[in-house]
Amino acid sequence: MKHVSKEISGSPNWLVTRFDHLINWARANSLWPMPFGTACCAIEFMATAASRYDFARFGMERQAFSPRQADVLICAGRLPFKLAPVIRRVYDQMPQPKWVISMGACASTGGIFDNYAMVQGIDTVVPVDVYVPGCPPRPEGLLYGVLMLHKKIKGESLALPALRDEQPLDAKGLRMPPDEIDEISEPFGNSVHQFRSS
Amino acid sequence: MNPSVDALRTTFGDAIGRAEAARDGETIAFVRPDRLTDVMRWLRDTPGQAYDYLVDVTAVEYRDRERALEVVYFLRSLERHADLRVKVELDPRGELAVDSVTPLWAGANWLEREVYDMFGVTFRGHPDLRRILMWETYAEGYPLRKDFPLRGRFSRAEQVRQALNANPEAHYSLEELSIAEAFDEVPAEMRERLRRGERGKLPFDE
Ligand code: SF4
Repeated sequence: MKHVSKEISGSPNWLVTRFDHLINWARANSLWPMPFGTACCAIEFMATAASRYDFARFGMERQAFSPRQADVLICAGRLPFKLAPVIRRVYDQMPQPKWVISMGACASTGGIFDNYAMVQGIDTVVPVDVYVPGCPPRPEGLLYGVLMLHKKIKGESLALPALRDEQPLDAKGLRMPPDEIDEISEPFGNSVHQFRSS
Repeated sequence: MNPSVDALRTTFGDAIGRAEAARDGETIAFVRPDRLTDVMRWLRDTPGQAYDYLVDVTAVEYRDRERALEVVYFLRSLERHADLRVKVELDPRGELAVDSVTPLWAGANWLEREVYDMFGVTFRGHPDLRRILMWETYAEGYPLRKDFPLRGRFSRAEQVRQALNANPEAHYSLEELSIAEAFDEVPAEMRERLRRGERGKLPFDE
């Protein structure tokens, strides 16, 4: 695909937009999820995959339990620091283009676990495309998130270099500046009342 | 009160401290730390006692800093259907160390590692005393101690950096899974290295 996008860079013409449309239609409707279920949210994820809600209806028939055959990483549940290098490795092993859904309050922000063991939002570790709120989100919620991802994918263009940006870790081993991590990990809501020490 | 306490007192004398009833009716016997192994072996091997199952090992630190940190052993006799709790008191300001009961119950291995990981209690004679819940290079201290800040000691960015730089395979290697039985067979130098937890280095550390 690379040479195609080089040649057709510049203002999109009819051919490019039709081609994008076709590719994106195919991609959005055959997303293979890589389930990364770590906690209670994974139960709702399983419900979403099972017959009543059945996300196979949206092209997710095949769950890839190998990151190398997956398109979308769904982090269902809280992410402890000990698992941070694991999810990073899973993400790194997925081929481009790839997307990430952060399912639930914990994966998105740390949720109720504002403590020493929990990553305060998986976006400090991997780039996230769709955040699904809820504790846990109902299957409808996750499906809505998947449909939002479809919408996002359908708006992408092959000419966008961001589509193939791996967002690798920097020399310090982080994916964003340290003060940014500190900022988005700040306590909010009820957890501002928790003391930092006893 | 569990009759084992009186039997303990007649056998071990002043090595047995006070005994009290827990809220759920079980008996708690306090044992002097230096006699722990003898008491536990006696409780396990004496026919009338036969506490053959170590249910759990845990520890308690109280908010009141004057109170001792307690290491708690939950014993059960499967054949007599009896339970006994044994506690050892350690001074939280001193060295937190007690003899390991792993030679008596192999199942104590991971339980003691957990107490070590969370409270920093050293178990003398433990074959493989490493962190078990936190990763091995975790440097912030012992999370369940009262002086440990809820959100950890380092900034969030530093926590993320250290976590991302840990090698996930250091925790789930074949070594990790087979080390419990293989520990005696590995070369002495490797045993020493494992005892020091010398794995999962931070590649970006100077
Ligand atoms: S958001 Fe709620 S349901 Fe999901 S992992 Fe966290 S605590 Fe569990």
